[in-house]
Amino acid sequence: MLPAAVPPLELIVGVVSYWMVIGLAGLLRPLSLYFVSRVLFPLGILGGMVLILAALQGVASQPADLVLPLGLPDLPFHIRLDPLAAVFVGLLGIAAVGISFFSAGYFRRVQGSPPGLLCLQYHLFLAAMTVVLLADDAYLFMVAWETMAITSYFLVTSNHKVPEIRSAGFLYLLIAHVGAIAILLCFGVLQGGQGNYTFAAMRQIELSAFWGSAAFALALFGFGAKAGLLPLHVWLPEAHPAAPSPISALMSGVMLKTAIYGILRVTFDLLQVQLWWWGVLALVLGLLTALFGVMFAAVQTDMKRLLAYSSIENIGVIVAGIGLTIIFHVYQQPHLAALSLVATLYHCLNHACFKSLLFMVTGSVLHSTHQRSLGKLGGLIRNMPWVAMTALIGSLAIAGLPPLNGFVSEWLLLQAFLFSPGIANPYLNMLVPVAAAALVLAAALSAYVMVKFYGVIFLGQYREPSLAEARDEGPWARAGLVWLSAWCVLLGILPATVIRLLDNVTQPLVDFAIGSNLERTGWLLIAPISPERSSYGPLLFLLGITGTVLLTYFLVRRFYHGRERRVAAWDCGFPAQNARMQDTAEGFGQPIKQIFEPFFRIRRQMPGPFDARPTYSATTEDRLWYWLYLPVARLNERLAAWIGILQHGRIYLYLLYSFVTLLGLLMFML
Amino acid sequence: MTLSTQLINLMAALLLLIAFAMLAQRRILSLIHLFAWQGAVLTANSVIVAYSTGQTHLYYSALLTLALKVIVMPLILHRLIIRLNIKWDVETLINIPTTMLVGIALVVISFNVALPISQLAGTITRSTLGIAVAIVLLSFLMMITRRKAVPQVIGFLAMENGLFFAATSTTYGMPMVVELGIALDVLVGMLILGIFFFQVRQAFDSLDLKHMERLKEE
Repeated sequence: MLPAAVPPLELIVGVVSYWMVIGLAGLLRPLSLYFVSRVLFPLGILGGMVLILAALQGVASQPADLVLPLGLPDLPFHIRLDPLAAVFVGLLGIAAVGISFFSAGYFRRVQGSPPGLLCLQYHLFLAAMTVVLLADDAYLFMVAWETMAITSYFLVTSNHKVPEIRSAGFLYLLIAHVGAIAILLCFGVLQGGQGNYTFAAMRQIELSAFWGSAAFALALFGFGAKAGLLPLHVWLPEAHPAAPSPISALMSGVMLKTAIYGILRVTFDLLQVQLWWWGVLALVLGLLTALFGVMFAAVQTDMKRLLAYSSIENIGVIVAGIGLTIIFHVYQQPHLAALSLVATLYHCLNHACFKSLLFMVTGSVLHSTHQRSLGKLGGLIRNMPWVAMTALIGSLAIAGLPPLNGFVSEWLLLQAFLFSPGIANPYLNMLVPVAAAALVLAAALSAYVMVKFYGVIFLGQYREPSLAEARDEGPWARAGLVWLSAWCVLLGILPATVIRLLDNVTQPLVDFAIGSNLERTGWLLIAPISPERSSYGPLLFLLGITGTVLLTYFLVRRFYHGRERRVAAWDCGFPAQNARMQDTAEGFGQPIKQIFEPFFRIRRQMPGPFDARPTYSATTEDRLWYWLYLPVARLNERLAAWIGILQHGRIYLYLLYSFVTLLGLLMFML
Repeated sequence: MTLSTQLINLMAALLLLIAFAMLAQRRILSLIHLFAWQGAVLTANSVIVAYSTGQTHLYYSALLTLALKVIVMPLILHRLIIRLNIKWDVETLINIPTTMLVGIALVVISFNVALPISQLAGTITRSTLGIAVAIVLLSFLMMITRRKAVPQVIGFLAMENGLFFAATSTTYGMPMVVELGIALDVLVGMLILGIFFFQVRQAFDSLDLKHMERLKEE
């Protein structure tokens, strides 16, 4: 096979340039939708496939590095492929294949930017994300990071004629840049005054506790802004509904993971010493983010906003996993540190699969119904069987049900939480069970959210008569959906294989691999601690579930009434049932809204008893927006007004200001 | 004093003279010619320094100066004023004799400022630092006292010339990377300003910047 002959790093560099060429080819005929979606996007799929192969090869081999003859004179680009990067490259490849398939069928109508431009931005976005993962110096990393931010900004605002989309894009760009400044400062701290910005040099430097903490805090803030960590999450629910669905899929599935990759890279690779309270900080922030995200997801009525909040939740879980890893690592529990790191990475992989899948599903629904409000959907399982089936797999996976992939990572993470024997810090020992409880709560609520998502969109009756005309997706988009669902299943039933691959990452980062435990139980069962304590065999689960379903089906057919009946769903004894009588998204989310009312900012408008035309409206808003963002914006405005006093509108006066300043400084020197 | 030092001093004197001439010049066309001459003298100066000190990278920067500041930018400016049809008028805010007096004061200040630095510098060109600072300040003064947009841009470019001269005279030029970056910046700035001129004229029917006073926030 050809790819085996080329080292994986070179292969990935090849894919990056291949994607760039495809992107540029989009400019050849920028207005031809046929050329872009039938030729260029399908060609891009090939790149993703090669990335998966290269990642599989790279994860099991020694780190390889390369100096590219690009960049500025005396400042070349360094790249490196180690197992950690390889895992994320593989994740990118898996998602890119599915999303490129889907995009080939998605960009049908002309909406905003011409298709050729979209193709350029899309492939540059993919290439930039790959380069972020490979970068081995701060300079290349920042260049790729900013390219990623800018291309995704243009993709988000591809439909830039709509004012809401423009303002969502601005918010995204603003937070991305605030984050980028923090990352830049973080690298500035990490180079430790040596002036050498290669990662290889940073690994050699042992920072003092203060500067190490500063670097970690800056990294958590900077990458957290991209990932959507708690106080900086506001762009996610705005940008995702604004972006075209494949782009939301790519951003949520892959781009957020590059931020996770950044946190892992800085914390475990570039910083030589960790402190225990970093772990607590990440753990607490992560769990708060998870709970916050899932609560808000439960009350959303726009399907893409719902998924955006669900992404916030998943990022929270992942960051909590990182925090736990730091704690175990600092307290010399390599076994548990490795376990929670594996769970974290596994969850990254899983989230990339099912969240991309679900965002693509919303795209299909949006295209065929032109509705994104859950209140106007329903019953689509009849018109869109392919989309509905894949959406079911994605929803079950994200809800964390066995035998799909979401269960494996959440179970592993819980194992790490629950089987943590005494850490040498009593306060932490008290914190861990609480944190575990919060994680379970988040997981359970996310299942609730997914029931709402799937039930309201696909089950029941049509809420609008026009929904009866909705049509299923074409072959390209179908292939994309099936590809990602297949990965959801695959990652679910082959955890032992995946964990063995991830061991290559944990070995260098936390000095332990949990694969040795797997050897004792074989490939069928996974037992992270020891087989006596707990184990999980996904294939057995799959067989059990399939067997039970088949048996029940058979028994019902054979012994009960012996025939299939089709009746209206959920009619509960009311024969004259219409669409307005079924549970709505608002109704379904109501209990959560009631229980967690203090966390939301709710505005209700109730009709009076004598209103001729009663209207009811309720909006749920984010309190943080009012507590944090608006005060900052107002402070900014006030400062700007102060500075505005200087402004006269005469250019020569402005020049005079600088002139006088310059002269003053020169005099000062004397 | 060797011949090269004398030549460098001569070039510095010429640059200062041109800076004063620009300050006094009322016509835009002549201003552009003076700017081109300034670039030419700067190129000559770089070549002399490069030859006498053996700093080969200065040859590249001389070449860059020649291409950008003597040929490309004057050409762009020339075409711009023809298309905008503003060859002649330059109004100043302060009358020319007063400006010249302020300019003389600036030269005195800059020589004073440069004195301690040039004593530290070990280059053969150190005595010219005062002149370099003076050129920067004089160009700045020109920007302040002109009312029209085009002379202001020329003032900006002349200031860049002064900075370049300062760099050559104190440290034999900046690193190539920085120099390339600045050259690119100036070129891009020039292009943007060119577009900007047309927009300003379209909006106000004139290139007089006093019309832009309305643009301030209330």
